[in-house]
Amino acid sequence: MSTVNSGGDRRPISSLLQNNNVLGFLFMLPAAVFLVCFLTYPLGLGVWLGFTDTRIGRDGIFIGLENYQFLMDDSVFWLSVFNTILYTFVASVLKFALGLWLALLLNQHLPFKSFFRAIVLLPWVVPTVLSALAFWWIYDSQFSIVSWSLIELGLINEPINFLGDPVNARISVIIANVWRGIPFVAISLLAGLQTIPASLQEAASLDGATSWQRFRYVTLPMLTPIIAVVMTFSVLFTFTDFQLIYVLTKGGPVNATHLMATLSFQRGIPGGQLGEGAAIAVAMVPFLLGAIMFSFFGLQRRKWQQGGQD
Amino acid sequence: MTIKRRDFLAASATVAGAAGFGIRPSFAQAEPAYKPESGASLRLLRWTPFVKGDEEAWLANTKKFTDATGVQVRIDKESWEDIRPKSAVAANVGSGPDLVMCWFDDAHQYPDKLVDLTELANYLGNKYGGWYDGVKGYASRGDTFIAMPLAAIGNAVVYRDSHVKAAGFSEFPKDTAGLLELCKAMKAKGTPAGFPHGKAVGDGNNYAHWLLWSHGGKMVDESGKVTINSPETLASINYAKQLYATFIPGTESWQDINNNRAFLAGQVSLIANGVSVYYAAKNDPKLAEIVKDIRSTNFPIGPVGKSVELHQTSSLLLFKHTKYPEAAKAYIKFMMEADQMNAWIQGSSAYCCQPLKAFAKNPIWTADPIHAPYARASETLRPNGYAGPLGYASAATMADYVLVDMYAAAVTGQMSAEDAMKEAERRANRYYRV
Repeated sequence: MSTVNSGGDRRPISSLLQNNNVLGFLFMLPAAVFLVCFLTYPLGLGVWLGFTDTRIGRDGIFIGLENYQFLMDDSVFWLSVFNTILYTFVASVLKFALGLWLALLLNQHLPFKSFFRAIVLLPWVVPTVLSALAFWWIYDSQFSIVSWSLIELGLINEPINFLGDPVNARISVIIANVWRGIPFVAISLLAGLQTIPASLQEAASLDGATSWQRFRYVTLPMLTPIIAVVMTFSVLFTFTDFQLIYVLTKGGPVNATHLMATLSFQRGIPGGQLGEGAAIAVAMVPFLLGAIMFSFFGLQRRKWQQGGQD
Repeated sequence: MTIKRRDFLAASATVAGAAGFGIRPSFAQAEPAYKPESGASLRLLRWTPFVKGDEEAWLANTKKFTDATGVQVRIDKESWEDIRPKSAVAANVGSGPDLVMCWFDDAHQYPDKLVDLTELANYLGNKYGGWYDGVKGYASRGDTFIAMPLAAIGNAVVYRDSHVKAAGFSEFPKDTAGLLELCKAMKAKGTPAGFPHGKAVGDGNNYAHWLLWSHGGKMVDESGKVTINSPETLASINYAKQLYATFIPGTESWQDINNNRAFLAGQVSLIANGVSVYYAAKNDPKLAEIVKDIRSTNFPIGPVGKSVELHQTSSLLLFKHTKYPEAAKAYIKFMMEADQMNAWIQGSSAYCCQPLKAFAKNPIWTADPIHAPYARASETLRPNGYAGPLGYASAATMADYVLVDMYAAAVTGQMSAEDAMKEAERRANRYYRV
């Protein structure tokens, strides 16, 4: 009896394991469990926290959109939104322009090519906190090397107020971010440049194209897919930047450099309002989705990539 | 049949609370005896010490406790800004360290997660001349101690004597008007003062609260109603603007460390800081000149007529999730008793000010004239969010730099004094609603 049963059971199981769909599902299961546990669940929890009045040390209750209504009236929050967009936009444009330029330079036949390529990566390799500390000294209101040099040269009389003046502070943190972000853009675009067949460039040259025309009509179109990916990541990294600001200014002076990420932390953890902190973090999602959509549908829409006409 | 853990805890808290009420401190209190559970071990999370002697004394005291009782105590250190989140997470998830050396109003953020220490605190208070009101406020609700007051980390004015004298002042001014005159004179001599208007968690808040309180302003009234928009606050902002005009440029970006650096480099001659700046100079042979010239004093008294400051405060939290509450209480008691407490205060070289009045006689306070103003920290200390209740709103208002931003916005001219005050009122109201 039992043998008959087990035999009857075995057949469907073994036939199930022969089924490609089932097998595929089983192979994907570990990865899916991993993603659900470590990505979906924390994200979902964060979104949920934004709808509650949870504080540190106290479970919250569901309060609907109250956190968001509350943020609507908060000028500090709107200032942080403005700062974040400004910071992301300016820094990303600069990183793209300078990164592309650097990539084009590195793509030339230079002596010690590999050495330079390795050196360029340094700012990206150094932990953010470390480079932020270095910039903190560079921007120090009393001991800045920049101020000191300019004073010694007789160009200015007193130290530059790098992080104390709102405009200066914004420029300073953007410069620090650009410095840190260029290598990522440059090296990725360099990889893209090297996939462009030399024959195309040669053909264009033979047709009498100037170097600008070769760049505009050969290099740039061939590079567009990788630009889209690289800039998506670059924008995401910049938009969610935290460490640099936290070390350099903690959001000061008077919140002029507070980003949404730093404000979310300040309110959520030291301030104890997990709910509101989560709401600020969730409020970043639409902007991030917008950036992703733009790069995917804006930069990658070219039909020639699929063999059609642009 | 189903007594849930939570019910049990609530019931035991009630019993403990009732016991606390039952034993009033009016008559001599029996010494409570705590017998550590067998096989007990404890974990304490503390802030990374600012002076080495603090840690050495604390560890030595702990070792004495372990030798006497067999209870192992593991001590973990975290940077002082990380204590608040770590402690809150421990409270939230109900595991982690048994004891935490916390800051400011942390105990009031999750009082229901903390073991009632009233019996022990009343015993210690009676034995050692009573608790200072300020530190007691941070650790108690009504008559119940939800934490054990541990220390005030004093803040005081530190200045270069020769520069003050060169500015024409034979002694340091005692009132706010005098300080302004001094700072003006020092700026004229090229040896300016500097107090942080940036997001300096410790020094920035200390300075901003002194500005407010010395002029009689307060964030909220006794009922928790926001009263920052007041003539007193306005006076304090106007005073701050005048004082700011005499500072070294750039103080609006200063974080906690900047004033130490600038002072030790000889760039500023008058700052407010913990005693650590003095020891930093003393431990550096190159700064011997500065060490001889350093003097310290309490912040001058403003129109309010008495010395009031924020300082930093630390309390010991004992979580209900501890498996060994008796061992933990025995440990706290041991560490607070005279032998250990005196050794610790001495070891921390004037950084930690006693929570109990009897320890004001500790020889450390007279060991060096620089220490004297720091001895008064617990006495002049006024809790954050004065005059309202401590708790979530007071902690969040400080963590959001509402007061620091108010002064910074006004002194740098980004807002008029009135607008800065209104903005601070609006921001504080977000936390003190309901």
